[in-house]
Formats: sequence, C-alpha cells, structure tokens
Amino acid sequence: MTRNTQPLSLRVPEPSGRPGDAPDFSHLKLDAAGALDRPAIDARPVQMLDLAFRLIRVLDDEGNALGAWNPRLDAETLKKGLKAMILTRAFDDRMHRAHRQGKTSFYMKCTGEEAIAVAQGMILSREDMGFPTYRQQGLLIARGYPLVDMMNQIYSNASDPIKGRQLPIMYSAKDYGFFTISGNLGTQVPQAVGWAMASAYKGDDKIAIAWIGDGATAEGDFHNALTFASVYRAPVILNVVNNQWAISSFQGIAGGMETTFASKAIGYGLPALRVDGNDFLAVWAATQWAEERARSNQGATVIELFTYRGAPHSTSDDPSRYRPGDEHEKWPLGDPIARLKQHLIALGEWSEEQQAEAEAEAVAQVRAAGKESEAIGTLGQSRPSVKTMFEEVYATEDWRLTEQRREVGV
Amino acid sequence: MNMIQALNSALHVKMAEDPNVLSFGEDAGYFGGVFRVTDQLQQKHGLTRSFDTPISECGLVAAAIGMGAYGLRPVVEIQFADYIYPAYDQIVSEAAKMRYRSGGQFTSPIVVRSPYGGGIFGGQTHSQSPESLFTHIAGLKVVIPSNPYDAKGLLTASIEDGDPVIFLEPKRLYNGPFDGWHQKPVSPWKAQPSAQVPTGKYTVPIGEAAVVREGSDVTILCYGTMVWVSLAGAEHAGVDAEVIDLRTLVPLDIATIEASVKKTGRCVIVHEAPKTSGYGAELSALVQERCFYHLEAPIGRVAGWDTPYPHAFEWEYFPGPERVAAALKAVMTGGAR
Repeated sequence: MTRNTQPLSLRVPEPSGRPGDAPDFSHLKLDAAGALDRPAIDARPVQMLDLAFRLIRVLDDEGNALGAWNPRLDAETLKKGLKAMILTRAFDDRMHRAHRQGKTSFYMKCTGEEAIAVAQGMILSREDMGFPTYRQQGLLIARGYPLVDMMNQIYSNASDPIKGRQLPIMYSAKDYGFFTISGNLGTQVPQAVGWAMASAYKGDDKIAIAWIGDGATAEGDFHNALTFASVYRAPVILNVVNNQWAISSFQGIAGGMETTFASKAIGYGLPALRVDGNDFLAVWAATQWAEERARSNQGATVIELFTYRGAPHSTSDDPSRYRPGDEHEKWPLGDPIARLKQHLIALGEWSEEQQAEAEAEAVAQVRAAGKESEAIGTLGQSRPSVKTMFEEVYATEDWRLTEQRREVGV
Repeated sequence: MNMIQALNSALHVKMAEDPNVLSFGEDAGYFGGVFRVTDQLQQKHGLTRSFDTPISECGLVAAAIGMGAYGLRPVVEIQFADYIYPAYDQIVSEAAKMRYRSGGQFTSPIVVRSPYGGGIFGGQTHSQSPESLFTHIAGLKVVIPSNPYDAKGLLTASIEDGDPVIFLEPKRLYNGPFDGWHQKPVSPWKAQPSAQVPTGKYTVPIGEAAVVREGSDVTILCYGTMVWVSLAGAEHAGVDAEVIDLRTLVPLDIATIEASVKKTGRCVIVHEAPKTSGYGAELSALVQERCFYHLEAPIGRVAGWDTPYPHAFEWEYFPGPERVAAALKAVMTGGAR
C-alpha cells in the first residue's frame, strides 16, 4: 500500500460569507445577456452541454433584451407578468406581517424569486399540472386564483378550501393546475413524472411541471424523478430553483460546490438549461423551450433557475444567524421586479408613476382580500366544523372514524 | 387456479375492462414478474400498460401516485415486501394523505401489491411481514388474502377502490396451502374448494372477514398463511376453535370479531410478524375493549419473535401449528403461561 504524503482530510463546504462578513460573489461566473445560443428543441443533450454550466440571460444591466433567447414578448404580456410579481410581493409582505400580528401560525415568502413561478404559471395552462413546492405562490397569483382563498387557507378559517387540515401555505388548487403541496421535500417531483407519463399513456396533450429547491435535490426523489423522466421520456419540465440557501445551509452542502444543479441532468440523458432566475424574459424563454420539447413528445428538460432567497426561509427563521445581512442587496443578478420594470421603461411601455400606481393597486387588492378573509376569521377565531377533521381520510368513513368522531361529540 | 393464477386473472380481467388500469414493477413487464403474477399482461394488453421499471421502489410508487392523481388506476408490484421501505415516504406521506390534505381535490387510487411472509427459507429480506407499518397509517387500506378465490376477488375490489391499498400476498401460499407442518409434502391448491376461481369478474368486498371454521371454544384471529396454520393448530390441540380470516386489516371487520369472541369467550391472535407492536397488539386491545366482560381468559398472541427473520432457524421462528396449539390450550385453561 502506498502511504499518503499527507494525512487525508475531510472537506466540509462553507459559504463565501458568514454574518459580519462582506458579501462575496466573486466566485460566480455570470454570462452577459444574449451571450448564449438557443439550440433547436430537438437538440440532443450532449449538443448543448454549455447551457448546463453557463447562464442564459436576456436582460442586460440597462434593461435591454438581447440575444437568441429573447422571447420577444408583447408589452401586454410583460405588464401582466410585472403586475403579478408585484402582487405576489405585496401578498407576501402582508401575510408575513399577519404572522407577526398573530393572525396565523406560519408563513413563507418568495421574495426575489417571483419571476419564476409567475412566468412559468403564465406559459403553461391550468390543464397542465404544476407540482409546486411551498415557494411557488406566484403560480396561483399569476393565474388569478382568489387571494382571499389563499388567505383563508393561511388562516385555517371556516372558508379554508382544504378545511383547516394543512399548515399555512400548503395550498391545493386542482382547477388552477396546482397540485396539493406536501411538507415532505422532493416527493412531488417523481409524482409529476408519473402524471406526465399518464398524460402520454392516454395520448393526451397536457404536460407536467415540477419545482424543487437546491437543497431538496439531495433527496433520493430527485434522482428517481430524473431516472423515470428519462427512461419513459415523460413530458415534464423539472425545475430546480437554486436560491442559494436551504434554510441555513448554502447550496454547496447540497452538492453545488463542484458543479451546477442543471448539469445533474446530463448523466440522465436529459437536456439542461441554466437560467438567470431573476430575469423574467430568460425564465420565460427557457420554459417555453422546455414546453415545446415536452409537447412535441421529446421528453423532459431540467431547468436550474439561478436566484437568491431574499427573505428568511420562513417566519420561524432568522437568516442573520448564518449569512451576511446585506447579501441579498449585493446579489449580482438584482431583483426580478426591478429588472422587468426597467425593461418596460426602456421599451417606453412603462414609467415610475405607473410602477408606483401598480404597487399601490396591489397593496389595495391585498388589503381588500385581507379584510374579506379576516372577516371570516383568522387562526383560532374561525375554523371549519370539527366534523370535517374525520372526513376524507378515506372516500367513506369507516367505523373507527365514526366512533372517534362521536367521541369528540360531532 | 393457484393463487398466482388467480391474481393474474384479476389483473387480466380488470385491464381488459378498464383502460385506466396499468400494471408495472421490477421485472413485471415482459418477463411477467419473478413470481409470474403479471404473466402475459404485456403481451395481451400492450407495452404501455404493463411494463418494467427501474429498480427504484420509491420511484415506481411515486410514478403511480402521479398517475393516480391524473386519473389512472395503477397497480404496482414491489418484488418483496422486504423492499417496500424505500417507498415508505411516498406511501405514508403522499398516497395515504392525498385525499385528506387536498380537501378531496386529489386522490390516490393505487394498489401496491407485494409478496410477503416467511416459511420459504427467505432469510431476513425475503420473509418479512410489514403489515403493521401500514395499518398504523391513516388513509391506507391493508388487504391480505389467504386463498385463490379471495385473492382474485380482493385484488379486483382493491383496484376498484378509490383509496390506496397495500395488498400483501403470502408468497408461501402462491402454489398451495401451507399449514406449517413443514415436514409433510405440500399439497397443491387444486384439492381446495377455494381454488375454484371463476374466470370472469367478481369481487370480495374489502372490510369483510370470513369465518373459515365455526367453533365454540375459542376465537382465532388470523390472516394470510396463518389461516392455514391456525386451522392445523386447532386440530392439533383438539380445540373447537372458530377461525376468522380477517382478509382486510384496515378497515377491520370488527362486528364479526366481536360477535365471535362474545360467543366463545376466548381469543388467540396469530401472525407471522414480530410480536411487539404487531397488528396483534391492536387486535388484542380491540377485543379487550369490546369483549372484556365476555372474556374468560387473557387474550393469547402467537407471533414471530422480536428478532430479524433468520435463515437457519426458519421453523423455530415461523409460528407453526404446535405453537398455536399450545396457545389454544393455555387460553382454555385460563391463560396460564
């Protein structure tokens, strides 16, 4: 046996900055907007390897849309997207505050990640099934799901669509193509593949879209999903939202230190796109590419959406204990709302006044929904009938549940 | 038919009737399954209806859950129940809770079939009986047949059920009944009335137990292979036992159990799974709660030992008729240990 010249040592990845440090993003290699080619949708994964390691960007620092990935959206679509992002942020702000006021037990914001769910929710239809995590609320908002129903769920009140059974934000909205959220990370991704397989089996024209965070890619379900998607050529879009943080663990702990999350698709024979997740146009274009590929029966695409989790992980989290306090402000890819606003202004289709107006309108819309929902009741003030606790465990109640329900006196 | 043919027949009949029924699993497609339960499904119904999967129990159950949410009725095979654990999160956290957590918007009408149980020198990972890990989970149904007729009827009912069903098949009974007298030659199914299986469709309702032997001295609660062992044990003890084949563990046919124990005043529970926190504990508690004033002796439990399933000690581990007989004699004499 050959002896080591030095003893072995264990590497444990550490982020570039901890509390008190100045944020350091010098290790990021960011491509310029418009730098990358857009392959044909039938390109083989090995023909587009660079797209797994570089970064598809459309909007430059001045708000100009550049290059082959520019989806050339009309101004109305851009405005619709911008307004949905603004509304999502206003909703988050109010519900985060509602938690501080004791009106609910829990909340999770998606600050900084609004472009992802909003753009993707707009591209796919309600008939396609989305398998979201707990941070794609923009999908519901972009599709016009009633804010008051979201709030009713968050307050577990008498009008909660899922009857007070689930932790706040674990929405379920079948009619809006929004699959029931589970607290168990990663589980929904192979389910999305199965849903897509079912659509293909039936000769349907619907596709599935799933999301997973950078941290949860370490779950076995991610591997299972990629294997099955590849083997059965399932019509599904598999998104990895890399927001750099899984609660307190930076993305290096999930396996992002030596490679990109997009690149993980390559070993499975799936095409990979790595995209500026704060660039509404780039997210749109990449998703549209993957959608066309899936709809034309060419199978799944993995998209890594490179972004930054601006807010605490949840209302139970304090990020100042594990990352530099101003890291989000220094994030080199900026803010998705500010960047789309700048683009619309550069196009001559928007103004600061219209932005202020849209923001005020969003706040008013959220406030109106809040009043309506709070009139029904906040947590502990109102709830569905206790009888419903025993319902829908099965299609029909069995004798145990009947007995236990009677024991509770309902 | 033997049990394999009966299960296979159930799948053929349902797949012919309902295009939303699919069957898949490891080696379950072209090859027809390592136990032949899915034989000829692919050849008859097509490649996209009965196919092989990657060796990923979690992945194939997850895919089934997604298909179920879409509106299909997938029947998946886990090659051995000992290998169901990688899928446990998907079964417990997802399939079981989907209807409840979505307020009825999404359901999981899937069947997870899996050969289980010992008595075949299967050692640690080809012999386990994990039923209590599923009976403990709200939202799951757990079904275990003990003969070919029930196997087909219960599988058909499970496929038609709107809830997720864990369908455990006693592989020791695939080719013939087994009463635990392991030194005797095994007889084939064809000698048994329950091997007379109609070729067309029928169901055995989920949630109904069967009284397989009427008796007046003691009630035996059992399922799977232990039904046959219990019958042999009663005969060996010379006790007039009423033997109840539960057939469905969840939902449980409590009325049949209660009526029987109130009649006999004694109860012995028999299962292969380890004793501690086995389903027998639940059965014992229910009988105690509901029949306390009718009981003339402590409830007896005959179960696998609280050890991993051994290889060389197959017949010391497997609860055979002699252990059942001893338990019956004990409850007949007041439960002295």
